[in-house]
Formats: sequence, C-alpha cells, structure tokens
Amino acid sequence: MATAAGLATRSAADTAPLVPVEVKNLHKRFGDLHVLKGISLTANKGDVVALIGGSGSGKSTFLRCINMLEHPTSGSIAIDGEEIRLRKDSSGDLAPVDRRQVRRIRTRLAMVFQSFNLWQHLTLIQNVTEVPVHVLKVPREEARERAEALLHRVGLYEKRDAYPAFLSGGQQQRAAIARALAIQPDVLLFDEPTSALDPELVGEVLAVIRDLAEDGRTMILVTHEMKFAREVASHVVFLHSGQIEEQGPPEAIFGSPNSERLQRFIQSIH
Amino acid sequence: MSDALPEEIAAPHLPSASTTRSEFLKPHRIVLALIGVGLIVAAAMTLRWDWLPKYGDLILAGLWMTVLLLVVTSILGFLIAVPVGLAQVTGPRIFAWPAATFCTIIRGTPLLLQIWLLYYGLGSLFPFIPEIRQSFLWPYLRQAWPYGVLALTLSYAGYEGEVMRGAFAGVPKGEIEAARAFGMGRFTLLRRIWLPRAFQRVLPTLVGETVLQLKSTPLVATITISELYAVFARVRQDTYIVYEPLLLLALMYLVLTAILVYLFRLLENRLTPKSR
Ligand SMILES: Nc1ncnc2c1ncn2[C@@H]1O[C@H](COP(=O)(O)OP(=O)(O)OP(=O)(O)O)[C@@H](O)[C@H]1O
Ligand SMILES: [Mg+2]
Repeated sequence: MATAAGLATRSAADTAPLVPVEVKNLHKRFGDLHVLKGISLTANKGDVVALIGGSGSGKSTFLRCINMLEHPTSGSIAIDGEEIRLRKDSSGDLAPVDRRQVRRIRTRLAMVFQSFNLWQHLTLIQNVTEVPVHVLKVPREEARERAEALLHRVGLYEKRDAYPAFLSGGQQQRAAIARALAIQPDVLLFDEPTSALDPELVGEVLAVIRDLAEDGRTMILVTHEMKFAREVASHVVFLHSGQIEEQGPPEAIFGSPNSERLQRFIQSIH
Repeated sequence: MSDALPEEIAAPHLPSASTTRSEFLKPHRIVLALIGVGLIVAAAMTLRWDWLPKYGDLILAGLWMTVLLLVVTSILGFLIAVPVGLAQVTGPRIFAWPAATFCTIIRGTPLLLQIWLLYYGLGSLFPFIPEIRQSFLWPYLRQAWPYGVLALTLSYAGYEGEVMRGAFAGVPKGEIEAARAFGMGRFTLLRRIWLPRAFQRVLPTLVGETVLQLKSTPLVATITISELYAVFARVRQDTYIVYEPLLLLALMYLVLTAILVYLFRLLENRLTPKSR
C-alpha cells in the first residue's frame, strides 16, 4: 500500500514538476526554548539553498526537522509533494503517524553531517553500499559497481577497502558524500560539511559539493563558508534566532544586505 | 613453582597474530620455555602418575563436559545479554527496569548460591507439579545439568548484560543517527550497525569474562555434574593422591584458558579495522 502511494506520487512527476522540499510554518521548542519560530522554505528542483546564520540560530535543528531526526512542534513538511503525516504525541511535539512513510521519505533525502558519521566498523565501500543493499534492496553487485563509481568520483577509489578511522577528515567527508549519493536522493542536506575539517582539507570537500551543484542537484546547505555560498547557492536564507531574517539570491544577500543584523553577520564572518 | 607455571605455559600459546617467528623466539622466551620444559620433565619423573591411565577416559569426559558447559552457557548467555543490555539503553521503562534489576541481582549474589537456589529450590519444587512431572521435559529436569546450564547461562547473561549496556551506549550517537537518517528501520539498524559496533568494542572485555566463566564451571560440581573438577575430586577421593591430580587440573585449565584467549584474539583480529 505504501509503495502504491509512492508510485502514484512518482508518476504525477511526469505531468507537474514536484517540489522536492516544502516546509511551512515550522516551529520547534526544546522545553521552554523556542528554537524555530515559524520557518517556511521551499527548495525547487535544482535549487541550492544556503542556510546561514549565527551559532544557535537554529540551522541544524531546521535541517534535522526536514528528515524528522528532530520532531517539530508544529508546521508541515512535504518531500517531493508528499506531506509527512504527523500528529501530536505526549511530549507536545509532532510525531510521525506512519514510521514506514518516514523511512521511505528519508531514502529520498540524504544527509551529510558535520562530523561525517561514517560507520566505523565498515570499509568505505561497505559504508557506501550499506543503505542501497540493506534498505533499498538493490542487488549487491549493482550496488557495488555504483559505489565504486561514486568513490571514484569523489577521488577515493583507491581507498575503497580502508576503514574510516584511517582516513583524513576530508577523505571521510568525501566518503560520506559518496554514501549520500549512493541512495540516489532527490535532495541532499548538508550540515556544515566542512566545519570539522582542518583548513587545508576544506577545499577538497567544497570542490566535490560544487561539482554536485553544477550537476543540478537539489541541495540545502548549512555553511559558514560565505564565499562558497555566494558562488554555489541559488538562494540564500539568513536565519536569526529561529526566524528567517532575510532571504534572496546570493548577490542581493551578500551584495546589498537590508537588515542590520545580516550586515553585521557578514562583516563578522569576513 | 605454581607461580612460575602460568608464565611459561601460557606465553607460548599467546603469540599475537602479528608476531613473526624471529620476534617470537626472543632469548628470554627461550629461557623461560626451557625452564618450563625442565619443570614438566621433573614433575613427570619425580611425582606419582600411575593413577593416570585408569582415569584417562573419565578425565576426557570431564574435559568435554567443561568445554560444553563453557561454550553452551557463554553463547546462550550472550544471546540473553544483548536484549538485556539494549533494554537498559533504549528500552521503555517496563523493559529497562527488569533488565537492570536482573543484572544487579546476578552480579550481587554469589554464583554458588544461584546454582543451589535453582537446583535445590526449583529442582525440589518441580516434582510436586503434576504438569511438569508428566511433561516430556521431566526426564531432563530430573537430572542436574539443566540447572547447572541455566545458572551459568544466567550468570553470564547478567555480567555481559551490564557490559553490553555500556557497549551499546558507547557507540557514537552520530553513527546511529546517520543510519536513521538514511531510512534504516530499527531492526536493520540494530543488526547492521549498532550490534556489530557494540560487539567490536566489547570483544576485549569479553575474553576476560569468558575466562572467568570457564573458572566458574567447577561450581556446578557441587550439584553432581561431572565436569573436569568433579572428576579430579573423585580421583583424589579414590586414590588419596592430592597433589598430582590438582597439578594436572591446573594445567588443563591453563591450557583451556590459553586456547580461549587465542581464539578470541583471532576473532578480534578479524573484526578490528586495520589500516592497509
Ligand atoms: N536536543 C536539544 N535539546 C535542547 N536544546 C537544543 C537541542 N538541540 C539544539 N538545541 C538548542 O537549540 C538552539 C539551536 O541549535 P542549532 O544546533 O539548531 O543551532 P545552529 O544554528 O545549528 O548552530 P551552530 O552554528 O552552532 O551549529 C541552540 O540554542 C541549542 O542549544
Ligand atoms: Mg549546527
């Protein structure tokens, strides 16, 4: 039944273009702390949305709500036009009605974490084939071939049988990107993918992400790399204490910021 | 003498898999090995071993029983320890609390007491329950070994349940979260990520725990199970020879321990990530 619904939404894609990510009026509270105060954001196909903002402004929380790693307090989230069915649970937050729906939707969103979070007991190639084989039920051979191609693309083909612990941060993050691509996601979510890296390793990871952006991938990217955001993003969203303070094309945001907070933020970063 | 024994006997059995032959044959090791051989020869020449042929078969049977008890109870115990550990880490309180209580009770009471409670307690209760007397299990429940197996299994489960709790909790949150973020269901996540990760972390501890389990097996001799120790107790009773049987018994436990440690090391080498 779940697959039938999935097929129905997929086939509708041929007629009207589906919106990969559509978030409406999202609120999130951690107890008394009101972290997200009504955020709406749409990412159309091929959009690269850069989320910027100070520490604690709620960027990670917002990203984690999109794939339900965090349960929002209110609001709605739709992926590829399919709204995640939610209902209030005992904690006062919105919990998914149907876990299987969330799992299915999660396989269309791939997340790249600040601290890579590769599975340390698996080699790189195993990390990349893990989800295709054990969640998406792709035949092992096919998954392996695809994984090898992806590791090749991120420049880690030679390291495919190495364990993550023996790689540099930059290599681990590139492997994490290959793992994300392996599920052939509709949307890539990046949470500060270069913040945990030594400065000399940032470039290699950004190069891979830039490559993906040029491929026309839909991405939502939390970053502190303003120069990169300016070059790669199609849309920039500035978050301040849980609200969208300002948004627009990168030229406008970085070239002529309206709000004083954004001006100060941009200056503080440079 | 008994202090010196473990060194020479255990050491030659425990090369780490990476040791090469030349590293292995270091001068001090050769000297120790020679001393060991000397001691064994001296023991063989000067002490009384004439009882040995007569009890050979019994000793082998006892050895087999001990190995069987160790393997069966460790595996069963571990299978119980996994949910016991997991329940304490993520379970709802109705599971977490009994699991924690179970660990506390098992770890907080002497194993000997547990064995006796099961054997004399349960074992003497069962004959009064007609359903059990008539069931197909009764022929087994009349014997001692089910109680010994149960007690040793629960003991291992209690200690390892606590160890697994720590191991599960110690797996980095980010790795679990990544699995969830990629749409893994709970069971797949446990089977593919959480459990293997926890097991890998726990393996070094598990060696020691299993050696302790081996050395707990003689306790079931008190409920008439003829494992290794029970056989030697009988030899001593029959022959009035005290020292030699005990010496041989100690040697056999040492060798068993060495084999156990070696097997675990093989496993560890297979499961631990290596650079290449
Ligand atoms: N699980 C949680 N429980 C309670 N408070 C939380 C939790 N996660 C985040 N917060 C709080 O929510 C606020 C927003 O956190 P968030 O991680 O989303 O910020 P951020 O914009 O990603 O910041 P940074 O740039 O430092 O990563 C912070 O004040 C943080 O302390
Ligand atoms: Mg963050």
